[in-house]
Amino acid sequence: MNIPGGLKYTKEHEWIKVEGNVGTIGITDFAQGELGDVVFVDIDPNLDSITANESFGTIEAVKTVSELFAPSTGKILEINSKLENEPQLLNSDPYGEGWLIKFEIADLSALDDLLDAEAYSSLLT
Amino acid sequence: MKKTKFYSIHEKLGAKLVDFAGYKMPIQYSSIIGEHKCVRESVGVFDVSHMGEVRIKGERALDFIQNITVNNASVLVDGKVQYSAMCYEDGGIVDDLLVYRIAENEFLLVINASNIQKDVDWMKKNNLFDVDIIDESDEYSLLAVQGPKSIDVLQKICADTIKLEYYTFFNTKCAGVDVLLSRTGYTGEPGYEIYFKGSESEAEKIWSAIFEAGTEFGIQPIGLAARDSLRLEMGFCLYGNDINQTTNPLEAGLGWITKLKKENFIGKNEIAQIKENGLSRKLVPMVCDERVFPRTGYSIQVDGKKIGYVTSGTVSPILEKPIALGYVDISYVELGQSVNIMIRDKEVPAKIVKLPFVEK
Repeated sequence: MNIPGGLKYTKEHEWIKVEGNVGTIGITDFAQGELGDVVFVDIDPNLDSITANESFGTIEAVKTVSELFAPSTGKILEINSKLENEPQLLNSDPYGEGWLIKFEIADLSALDDLLDAEAYSSLLT
Repeated sequence: MKKTKFYSIHEKLGAKLVDFAGYKMPIQYSSIIGEHKCVRESVGVFDVSHMGEVRIKGERALDFIQNITVNNASVLVDGKVQYSAMCYEDGGIVDDLLVYRIAENEFLLVINASNIQKDVDWMKKNNLFDVDIIDESDEYSLLAVQGPKSIDVLQKICADTIKLEYYTFFNTKCAGVDVLLSRTGYTGEPGYEIYFKGSESEAEKIWSAIFEAGTEFGIQPIGLAARDSLRLEMGFCLYGNDINQTTNPLEAGLGWITKLKKENFIGKNEIAQIKENGLSRKLVPMVCDERVFPRTGYSIQVDGKKIGYVTSGTVSPILEKPIALGYVDISYVELGQSVNIMIRDKEVPAKIVKLPFVEK
């Protein structure tokens, strides 16, 4: 199981990379394995912000559908448009090319509640 | 939890294993879609040893089969296979199955893993012809080798020349192991199923021989997830999803195996009555154009009114479109009928099409 250090994790099996006040969100290697092959990533292209703990889209995979929950609040800067035609990037490269959205983190201190790699890894065992 | 003779191989290959019908079974090895395409384009191997095998022996074995199944087994000759079903008195389906005629007084019934105990109980309860009913499910291993290249792979490891027509079988040796080789499958591709009773080491011998012979064709192990999408592209029914004790064979599109002209079989009267009264619903194939995933249980509507529900659905890896089977009220079953599948409170337009979803 690949759980890179340096990222923040949620109990919903998402990761956030924090660079300054920009957050990048994706799903973890564990999550993509549980979902099976991802066939659609459904994030409204007109979505302009996310709110902590609220849904911002869904992932349809062969085995199940999974809601995406925002780990934090902020303005959306970019949605990964590559996923439209290559949703399988979530399976093949969940921490890289399979990223979902970039957003401007409204409150950096709110991220303190998220898990680090070690805590996330112990959640899985 | 039971394990098949290939369990340690699956583990070594890093398969994702799930509990299925009391067995630890591989649901996927690499990518479900990749595995699916491998079978359509070349050849893949499925461990389906969880399936049940019940031997019926006795002077009146044929009478027993004729009574308990809906198809006409009297047309079978040695070496021939028939798709059939067992029904309850009320016409509900006990299970769908394959009937192998081994000899005049001996048949092998291949049944769904999740129904083994129920089916054997049903057979024993309806043993009016004093036959031996022998559950050999735990002894048999079963590999399905499916895809256009399946014959090229198997011919390399089979002791005899394989000249099997669709739905026939013969006894031979594969990789030196005694097997029953059958030209059957659940994928719509040319393919074979290899039944054998042997140890784990013999199972490994057959597995390795198949993969060695298949290397040049890019052979891959295939999990249950791709098995499901492959059968669904063909519109083949899955017991527990598309058929069960509350569905009758006529509405499930299995009228072609239900021989109402046969003298008698369990469920015949009720099914004949259903036919005379007319069906109230039918299992229909549907295709959507939107980016959604129709799943079991989703409601089907027309003009805001519920007219049915989805029994199986997926996104076809070949069509790259959502496909589904579902029961729909008889007023809406015409080819080309527009319906809405309700996906998380959203109406998603779909159309009734004809089977198979993927032309072969």
